[in-house]
Amino acid sequence: MAELTYLQAISDGLRSEMRRDERVFVIGEDVGVYGGAFKVTQNFQEEFGPWRVIDAPLAETAIVGGATGAAMMGLRPVAEMQFSDFVSCAWDHLVTIAAKQRWRAGTPVPIVLRLPSGGGFSGGPFHSQNPESSFAHIPGLKCVCPATPEDAKGLLISAIEDPNPVLYFEHKHLYRRIKGEVPEERYTTPIGKARIHREGTDISVITWGAMVYTAEEAAQRLEGDGVSVEIVDLRSVLPWDKAAVLESARKTSKVLVLHEDTRTGGFGGEIAATIAEEAFEDLDGPVRRIAAPDTPVPFAPPLEKAFIPQVDDVVKGLRELAEY
Amino acid sequence: MAIAREAEPVGSLSEVREAGLDREDLLGIYRNMILTRGVEERGHILYRQGKIPGSFYTGRGNEAAAVGVATAMGPEDVGTPLHRDMGVHITRGVEPWKIFAQFMGRADGPTHGRDGNVHLADARLGLIAMVSHLPAMLPVATGCALAFRIREERRVAVGWFGEGSSARGDTHESMTFAGTRKLPIVYVCDNNQWAYSTPTHLEYATEHVADRAQAYGFEGVVVDGTDVLAVYREAKRAIEKARTGGGPTLLECLTLRMEGHAVHDDAFYVPKVMFERWAENDPVERYRNWLRQHADMTDEEEDHIATGVKRLLNDSLERADASPQPDPSTLLEGVYATPEDLETPHHK
Repeated sequence: MAELTYLQAISDGLRSEMRRDERVFVIGEDVGVYGGAFKVTQNFQEEFGPWRVIDAPLAETAIVGGATGAAMMGLRPVAEMQFSDFVSCAWDHLVTIAAKQRWRAGTPVPIVLRLPSGGGFSGGPFHSQNPESSFAHIPGLKCVCPATPEDAKGLLISAIEDPNPVLYFEHKHLYRRIKGEVPEERYTTPIGKARIHREGTDISVITWGAMVYTAEEAAQRLEGDGVSVEIVDLRSVLPWDKAAVLESARKTSKVLVLHEDTRTGGFGGEIAATIAEEAFEDLDGPVRRIAAPDTPVPFAPPLEKAFIPQVDDVVKGLRELAEY
Repeated sequence: MAIAREAEPVGSLSEVREAGLDREDLLGIYRNMILTRGVEERGHILYRQGKIPGSFYTGRGNEAAAVGVATAMGPEDVGTPLHRDMGVHITRGVEPWKIFAQFMGRADGPTHGRDGNVHLADARLGLIAMVSHLPAMLPVATGCALAFRIREERRVAVGWFGEGSSARGDTHESMTFAGTRKLPIVYVCDNNQWAYSTPTHLEYATEHVADRAQAYGFEGVVVDGTDVLAVYREAKRAIEKARTGGGPTLLECLTLRMEGHAVHDDAFYVPKVMFERWAENDPVERYRNWLRQHADMTDEEEDHIATGVKRLLNDSLERADASPQPDPSTLLEGVYATPEDLETPHHK
């Protein structure tokens, strides 16, 4: 085991898959000579050459559509959006072609799309979004959102192995802030399986990505109140681990759903509805949601702080639920 | 002013032989063209019989362009033909009964009733099923060419689009990428002069769509899309150029869409005189006359081909009509691929 940052774990997983399987290649803007905007593919081009670490023109449609064609011809592309926000330019190719080709025409599209997402550093409206909920609505896609370095590596390897289009949302605010033990050998983290980040008995927080750490700090504060908080790190939103969520809801009987994306139509609504449908009799209070307000992501620090759910917001929500 | 090269028509039999076609090939092309037209004419009958749900699209007038390009492709090449390119599926060898089953949304169609019309393809024939968003298949075809380049295979991708969808960004991004990387791809523009009801001058401001190729760093060629042999010759040149490292070509085949956008559209907006003029250049009739004049096609040969096609169409319709409706209980199957789905020659 080695201690790696979240970012190093992504690089490590990608590099090991490229060494193991020559079908795997990287394509994106500035991924080669520059090593990627966040340096995930630093020194990759030296090792794998310019035809396996491909500097694409500024053309997201060509990147994702091109990855789709290359995958249909038997390669295993790992395409990068420089920021997840730019995936809007490639929406058509994910939703119209990659997601539907297997069901419609019997042709699998095994691509991975890396999506540096999330806010917390004044990226503004176009460098901070969390678009996973939009894609979780699309049958045929898979969406993973690792929170730990160990899962960052394991889910990336699973995504590359998977015969379907997998959107890999890597949270930028975790890149260098979060470190953890990562096995050196190859391993996979199952897509669609949640992880209990913290065991508790009184309230469940269902969350993913950077919000796992916001929930963790809030849970520590609730310890002082004598309230035991369980944190379920969903790890994937499509497919999502309904069984693990329902099990935790039945155990604690109170649930708070937390995400960094905006509230209306956010994936938290699906989770809350499912708990209401399937675990209603086990609940001792309403399912609460904490999410960003329904605005674009703001730039200035005080505005951004008001936008992204903060530890205080979660503490307040947990206390209200505890008292219910 | 045109920038693209305007290709000459094909004249003599010796010129055709130089382009690599023997007499048997020439008759095969004729058979594929009349089969293409026959499939679509029978489709109209099925539509009128109420057997085709939704709408129905054909490529009447585009038979030479589609068959000509497909004839020039090698067996390992791949393509992304569109809804005016039935001739590509026919030339690559799709069984017509499967097309009829697809039209009718039956269980034995290539998409098992999950999609309709020409949204079909047999991957084993090197074809990829189109989507309605045009020209979204161009980046996909470009990606196929990228895979061939990465693996240093001597294979070529052919990506089809129309003059209407030449307006969309996918066209630009694909050609930009393929141009910078000199990918082995041929972009074929079926310019049938009408994008639904929109004429060419509202889709592009150059003389030809192919004029743009120069801006992407490769050659553009305009060919008469009703001249199957000229299309073949130009497609063959472009494909072999791509195969030998010469990079992309934009080949524009000029035709007229001889019917409405789809069966519901009477094309009132197309001037009558335009239809009349282009009907004189009907690609099937034109090629038939050429074969009789230059390749001594006899009455017996022509009858033999026509009878064979007719029999095939009759048998195919019967077989397709016997195919059951899809079972609603299968709806949820196959949204996601399994590892076994990757057990194909492509993915080994």
